[in-house]
Amino acid sequence: MTVDHEVDLAADFDGKFGPFGGRYVPESLMAALAELEDVFNDATRDPVFMETYREILRSYGGRPSPITKCHNLSRELGVELYLKREDLNHTGSHKINNVIGQALLTKRMGKSRMIAETGAGQHGVATATAAALLGLKCTVYMGEVDTERQALNVFRMKLLGAEVIAVKSGSRTLKDAINEAMREWVACVEDTHYCIGSAMGPHPYPYMVRQFQRIIGDEAKAQLLDEFQLSPDYVIACVGGGSNAIGTFTAFVETDSKIVGVEPEGGAAIARGVLGVIHGMRSQFIQDEFGQLEEAHSISAGLDYPGVGPEHAHLAQSGRATYATVNDQEVLDAFQRCSRSEGIIPALEPAHALAYLFREAGGEIPLGSSVLLTMSGRGDKDSEQVAKILGYLK
Amino acid sequence: MESYGSLETHLRKARSNGRKILVPYVTAGYSPEWIDTLHHVAAAGADAIEVGIPFSDPIMDGPVIQAASTLALNRGVTPLSLLNELSSESFDVPLVVMTYCNLLFHAGIERFGGWLSEAKIGGTIFPDLPLEESEEWSSFAATKDIDNVMLVSPVTSEERAKIIADRSRGFVYGIGLMGVTGVRSTLEESASQIAVRLKAVTDRPVLIGIGISNKDQARTVGSIADGVIVGSALVKLLLDGGGPQGAFDFISSLREGLDEIDG
Repeated sequence: MTVDHEVDLAADFDGKFGPFGGRYVPESLMAALAELEDVFNDATRDPVFMETYREILRSYGGRPSPITKCHNLSRELGVELYLKREDLNHTGSHKINNVIGQALLTKRMGKSRMIAETGAGQHGVATATAAALLGLKCTVYMGEVDTERQALNVFRMKLLGAEVIAVKSGSRTLKDAINEAMREWVACVEDTHYCIGSAMGPHPYPYMVRQFQRIIGDEAKAQLLDEFQLSPDYVIACVGGGSNAIGTFTAFVETDSKIVGVEPEGGAAIARGVLGVIHGMRSQFIQDEFGQLEEAHSISAGLDYPGVGPEHAHLAQSGRATYATVNDQEVLDAFQRCSRSEGIIPALEPAHALAYLFREAGGEIPLGSSVLLTMSGRGDKDSEQVAKILGYLK
Repeated sequence: MESYGSLETHLRKARSNGRKILVPYVTAGYSPEWIDTLHHVAAAGADAIEVGIPFSDPIMDGPVIQAASTLALNRGVTPLSLLNELSSESFDVPLVVMTYCNLLFHAGIERFGGWLSEAKIGGTIFPDLPLEESEEWSSFAATKDIDNVMLVSPVTSEERAKIIADRSRGFVYGIGLMGVTGVRSTLEESASQIAVRLKAVTDRPVLIGIGISNKDQARTVGSIADGVIVGSALVKLLLDGGGPQGAFDFISSLREGLDEIDG
């Protein structure tokens, strides 16, 4: 199977997705963002760079990730369910697609160090991995609350040679880890690249991360056509900042597929958020009546973000995609059901997408529909947390 | 000829009188005595006071100002409650609000501008509102006699620095070092360098902030620039329980340092 993964080279893209996006950062960072944009545009037009990126994802990352037709769940639900198996990638999630791209850009810019924020730890582990592979120094910022929830990932990052900083400011979760990484970046921008993990932040990040993640949807679309001769009726993915979702959706925006993003009820920036300018971008954020950013609350550290990438805000506003929410209990049920029915333990993040499907199959999603759902990560990292919630572990 | 807002007129007048400009920063609402602190700081010889409206996610601020912001937010203050407190006060020096642009956009430019106007605020500083996105606010602010101050960093190109200095109102804020706000024991060379660069491209008052923490540092930078902004060192003193009198003593010593500079 061949996948045509030519990046769409939108020359001089200005970073605005409708009224969303932009570049709202301290003046000290403006030059670095302009440089990053230039280097990214230049690199993605360079066949040698793109070949290196694809080759690393193939021989090291394990791409292409397979499509699995879920016979058992399909029968139970009355739909045809296909999973895009990003959980089978090296490091256990889709995050590797983005960090390999950004690590290569870091080298291309002549910088020697990457910093990153992480929530669940998946992006931190992926960044530490790419840094180890390419000989870069790495520091990961993680909210103190998350370092406790995901202690094993903290160890993995350290094992990979990264320094992990527990962020004690604010709500001590992902949003504060982003703040701290930004502050650090202002001080060390000359030799350090900030490797943002989601399709969010100031331009060019939302666009750049999408381009590095669109391999998910580009592959899936070709695989469904090649192997199953179908174009899916529904394309579903979970949304925190929204990188696996935008990476999946991009290939289907111009098709007839219905597109659904699934947010956690306690962090639903599209369902409950309002327009704001935070973390370098204009998008939807959960805020109080004066514009102070509020904390997200969800069972999944990876989706605990009170904002959302600007392109999702735009897809929601334009109506091209719809966004639904699920609650923690539905997610826990989906986590267990997928494990039992298919022998696939999902990460809590894609368990949100599954929860929506389980609730809506035969409802919003008519019986007989074909559904592509992105299994963005594997559940190993969450097993201990869920075992505690279910009372198997103390 | 360009006409100036009240803030810029005030600062230009101080400069033409041979006076170096001193702008202390105080986080609004850090304690119930914050208004009293402002009065003491004004009496100690400040030429204007930067009033920080606390924001939940202050990416340009280091640990000291973050801590003060958190204290204030935990006391339940809001941008409106703080500005309301200011509106019943009167100061001999202009006040400049420093905060993050989400508070502006969330309220809406006209409403936020109205609140500032009621509180007799003479200027604004939004560290996360870059040149490219500032026009709408700057224009509206001008109609309320509010000068929108813009920032230039050590890595801003010459060409861009010129444009920013031209579009800035009130003064030009030169960022003294590559980093966020905080107390630094030694003065970075970049503070003097940015002062030299800015003085070469603009006639507008040039004030340097970030990393200026004591009398000696203020004097060194003040001998090149038109003045200095001192934030974290003052806020740290306040968080350590120094109170309005401690603030008065500290700002008096900085004033002294600046007054020693030969005009």
